[in-house]
Amino acid sequence: MTSAHDMDMNIAPFDVVGVRADFPILTRTMRGKPLVFLDSAASAQKPRQVIDAMHDVYEREYANVHRGLYEISEAVTARYEGVRETIRGFINAAHTHEIIFTRNATESINLVAASYGRAFLEEGDEVIISELEHHSNIVPWQMLRDEKGVVLRVAPISDDGELVMSEFEKLLGSRTKLVALAHMSNVLGTILPVAEITRLAHAAGAKVLLDGCQSVTHMPVDVREIGCDFYVFSGHKLYGPSGIGVLYAREDLLEAMPPYMGGGDMIASVTFEKTTWAKLPHKFEAGTPAIAQAIGLGAAIDYVSALGLEQIGAHEQDILNYGTQQLSSIDGLHLVGTAPAKASVLSFTLDCAHPHDIATVIDRAGVAVRAGHHCAQPLMARLDIPATVRASIGMYNTRADIDVLVTALGEVLEIFG
Amino acid sequence: MDDLRELYQEVILDHGKHPRNFRTPDDATAEAHGNNPLCGDQLTVYVKLDADGLVEDAAFIGRGCAISVASASMMTELVKGKTEAKAHELFEAFHAMCTGEGDGGAVDEELDKLKVLSGVRDFPTRVKCATLPWHTMVAALAGDGEVTTE
Repeated sequence: MTSAHDMDMNIAPFDVVGVRADFPILTRTMRGKPLVFLDSAASAQKPRQVIDAMHDVYEREYANVHRGLYEISEAVTARYEGVRETIRGFINAAHTHEIIFTRNATESINLVAASYGRAFLEEGDEVIISELEHHSNIVPWQMLRDEKGVVLRVAPISDDGELVMSEFEKLLGSRTKLVALAHMSNVLGTILPVAEITRLAHAAGAKVLLDGCQSVTHMPVDVREIGCDFYVFSGHKLYGPSGIGVLYAREDLLEAMPPYMGGGDMIASVTFEKTTWAKLPHKFEAGTPAIAQAIGLGAAIDYVSALGLEQIGAHEQDILNYGTQQLSSIDGLHLVGTAPAKASVLSFTLDCAHPHDIATVIDRAGVAVRAGHHCAQPLMARLDIPATVRASIGMYNTRADIDVLVTALGEVLEIFG
Repeated sequence: MDDLRELYQEVILDHGKHPRNFRTPDDATAEAHGNNPLCGDQLTVYVKLDADGLVEDAAFIGRGCAISVASASMMTELVKGKTEAKAHELFEAFHAMCTGEGDGGAVDEELDKLKVLSGVRDFPTRVKCATLPWHTMVAALAGDGEVTTE
């Protein structure tokens, strides 16, 4: 007899062996060694379920969507549009037509900057970003600044990688029109208090865009609970294919925003004199979309949802804690990003070796990490380091992967120490 | 690990840790900034040409991996006292050696000193680390202020 209380206390152990068996690439070797993939923050590997879904589309059901008056086009259209509902449920959006397909999070941010930004931001209006942003959440706003004369304000972070909330609050004012922040840092792993940020920004009359690229893979996300106006993420970091991404935006905003690109599929009617736009979400989806990729993303979301993001997050937190402990015991190793609220990212430097040399050496041990500035050069400048090594954890990683990394770092110390 | 030992030979580790001519001279006649946007590595190369067109001094500052720092260090040692034309010739030969298009042996024995860097041939992602300092020096000599590997 197990009471409901006991059930809560005993979350089923995460079946990482079963998960690993779903990822065909994990059976291969790299440089003659079993592949230890610690670069999921750059792009995650794909489970068989995703590969099969895409394979199946091309083998049995491929046709263009929204056009064909025949069976397979209707079938693939239903599958493609069904993914929109899957995504709606995944982030708890109010409406399916608030889910816009893009190529990736970068395109989603550019869409907001080009459409919402051009239409509703004026000279002197302020956009707040932070020191820990990825280039994709910096450059589109700089382009808008250069075009429209909006002012970019940068909220500082602390040395351990947290957004300094008191400084952020000081930046908020009557000129603030948009706050655009990462939900989770791709370099530091820091998770930002996005609900609180949104509350403060809304109180100042600003809209909020969150870059959820890193966060959606590690924790449940509820856009209505957060209250944000825009939420973006990429498929390929969420165990889905590349070439498909998502923009969530509130219905009233999407209705007010002008189209981003013109072309087929985004119109209601076209004459040489006048064109009227299609209804949401198609107004923002010109041209033939990434059909199989969208279906692959749907399969990826089904996969992570079946496992449960709470469970995935708890498993990854265990690996993160273990990794933090193991790496901290290495002489001359400095962890970069030590905020209390963080997930799945172990960024570090070694006194004796440059990140690129470290990556080259441990590659020979079968360990895949990223080394460099991680598309966050302003953050590197803020931390006064040229680069870091980043070992990032996905749901398929184990403590044994960390052990291989630590052993490989021993080789680095032997060469450079 | 053999190819790692080939890449990270003692000479390279030594130059990487204790780079020669790692300074900012105040009498350089040319300088250029080199940038590898892929990794963020940056360096500035300074050259001083004398009235006869000889490289009287060469130096650099910057941040980079062991390969790029060692390559810059060895380059500054090698080009000192050479003519500008000779520096170009060495660059061409070194570049060919790093990309596997030649061993540079035919050029002259000067290049022998750089052969320790030829291990990058087996590490395609690291070739630019070795060649960036040279591209930057050539840019300085040509009067270009900036060079990137992209």
